[in-house]
Amino acid sequence: MTFLHDGRRQIIAAVNASARGLGLHAGMPLAHARALIRELSVEPATLAQDASALAELAAWCLRFSPFTGADGPDGLWIDATGCTHLFGGEAQLLAHLVERLMGVGIAARAAIADTPGAAWAVARHAPDSLHVVPPGQTTDAIRLLSLAALRLPAELIEKLSRLGFDQIDQVIDAPRGPLTLRFGAELVRRLDQATGRLFEPLVPVLPPEIVAERLPFVEPISTAEAFVSVIATLARNVCEELERRSLGARQLDLVFERVDGSHQIIRVGAARPARDPRHLARMLDERIDQVDPGLGIDAMQLVVTLADPLNFTQGSASLLQDRPCDPDIAILVDRLVNRLGAGKVYRFAACESDVPERSVRRVAPLSPPTKASWPAGLPRPSRLLSPPQPIETLAMLPDQPPAMFIWRRVRHRIRRADGPERIQAEWWRNEREMRASRDYWQVEDQDGRRYWLYRSGDGVDPDTGDISWYLHGFF
Amino acid sequence: MQAIGSTIPPSLHELRSQVARLERATGRKALESVQLFGLPQIDRHLPGGGLSLGALHEVAGAGPDTEQAAVAALMVAGLVARMQGQVLWVTAQRDLFAPGLASVGLHPDRLLLSEAGKDVLLIMEEGLRHAGLAAVVGEVGGRLSLTASRRLQLAAEQSGVTAIALRRSRRHDDPIHAEPTAAVTRWRVQAIASPPPLAHAADTPGVGPPLWQLDLTRCRGGVPATWIVKACDAQGYLHLAADLADRPPASQQRLRIGGG
Repeated sequence: MTFLHDGRRQIIAAVNASARGLGLHAGMPLAHARALIRELSVEPATLAQDASALAELAAWCLRFSPFTGADGPDGLWIDATGCTHLFGGEAQLLAHLVERLMGVGIAARAAIADTPGAAWAVARHAPDSLHVVPPGQTTDAIRLLSLAALRLPAELIEKLSRLGFDQIDQVIDAPRGPLTLRFGAELVRRLDQATGRLFEPLVPVLPPEIVAERLPFVEPISTAEAFVSVIATLARNVCEELERRSLGARQLDLVFERVDGSHQIIRVGAARPARDPRHLARMLDERIDQVDPGLGIDAMQLVVTLADPLNFTQGSASLLQDRPCDPDIAILVDRLVNRLGAGKVYRFAACESDVPERSVRRVAPLSPPTKASWPAGLPRPSRLLSPPQPIETLAMLPDQPPAMFIWRRVRHRIRRADGPERIQAEWWRNEREMRASRDYWQVEDQDGRRYWLYRSGDGVDPDTGDISWYLHGFF
Repeated sequence: MQAIGSTIPPSLHELRSQVARLERATGRKALESVQLFGLPQIDRHLPGGGLSLGALHEVAGAGPDTEQAAVAALMVAGLVARMQGQVLWVTAQRDLFAPGLASVGLHPDRLLLSEAGKDVLLIMEEGLRHAGLAAVVGEVGGRLSLTASRRLQLAAEQSGVTAIALRRSRRHDDPIHAEPTAAVTRWRVQAIASPPPLAHAADTPGVGPPLWQLDLTRCRGGVPATWIVKACDAQGYLHLAADLADRPPASQQRLRIGGG
């Protein structure tokens, strides 16, 4: 059993199994414990040594995953994404982990879940000591646990329990506005972290092969200008180290260590391995506004969490081009993705489908050129309405273009029309498309504007469509 | 650069380029380079002999097409298709249809899309600072203020990347499109009634090549003009409409036919 001084009195810091059996628990005043049991053997707690031992243990856990971290005072994070198959599955990984720990005399409880928050909750509060939360069932898994499983401050838990809130179940579906108003943002933040609505970065223990640079400050800093200059220094040092190892950064974490001991992390990614300090610094600079410096930041650390080989390439020095041509779009793509988010920057690529809305797919902006385009000669509009909008028409069946159509209450008299271009549905997709078809017309109205209309069905067989007309695009 | 037509005396051209040098910021990379329309009548009308690269240009639709700017998108696609390199197209809505752009020569491999929502101008400027691009096309939905357009113009000048603001608005012929901006040229393009596909047999069903009315409504160092052109072909080239079935009203007929 160990004890420490909490400022007012001596309290128990940790107990072993036999002491727990006697009814002692951490947080109890030492005098109280001594009064209960006469022959107590107590040692002063050594928090600094505990922390360094935990960090060592986290480094030892690197055998399970490249990304582990200490969660003081008594926990470890392992980001096992993509590593579990090496051990035969998630449950086997946990069993193996706990067994190994048992072998060195450490009793452990372990859980694996979609989010760090849920894993934390389940590991400490679920009845069984090994627990695997299946993917997608995070909310159900934590629903019946006590509120303490949300890593809330003790005062908040006490306040909630006074009002009758004991289980996560009672708050997880409650309206979030009143919850925040009544109990502060912390409750909702922790809930979101547990359910995965909010990304929670872990502070990793760093294996020596990871490039990282830390800069502690004499006095805490909190202004954006100061951050910018620190980022420039860190980026320069990191890039020098990357260059020595012929690596380029794919993902960077910038850790802001706050005065109050908490961490704020911003993460940026690069579409291609990058080693240009200005480029990396600029991407990080754009995210500074996401950081809440609180009372100040007293150290910053730049960690290259993902790196790929990047060899030297010679810049092209062409005598023929009068304009310095810089074909490296990757830097621009990184900046845009960094600003807009992934999925907002893309390229179009041809897809083998005749159905217009399926003939285009989006590919990653730096994917290799497909060289493929769409069949030339077929009229295709420059704007496509999605979904197609129903129009009223006057048209003769089965294969005459409409004489006029009404869209958005405006009447368009059709002067010229070209068609029909029959597009058969893809019968192999599902039952409904078995026989469906569309007849497309390119029409020009009295003002010369060109529209792309289609009639669902071939105009003869009702199985192919209901003969309603749609506007699908503009030329 | 494009040789100037013989109608303009060399001394005048010299004077023009001097004025241009004074007007424009120093350190500009591509001071004199222009993108040809490939149509002598238009190229000769523009100061510099073509659409100047590394500058901001505005293109808008007219009438009901102000909203979709479909014709404008085709014209811009045809224009940038003839440039060398990647094109960044910044959109606010998801209605661009790549097969249509490919039909005027803009291959999808060269087209980088970026959905910017409300930040179109910001992303345009970001793209313009990257010298590796050929052009940045931005679909500007609302107002384009003098300050914002000047930022784009300066960014374009510095990198030599051409900026094209494709103006869109829910309001037909929106008056905010007529407000002053720092753009070097401003174009309005609209489809007009096309002639029958076969001139000798007017009753033949089908559609012929589309006709566009191309208005140069503002031009720094030049005067406004109007042309009737055939829409972009598969390589993105415009052609002057040779014979018009339905001529525009006399008030619009400022058709300039290049001499000499």
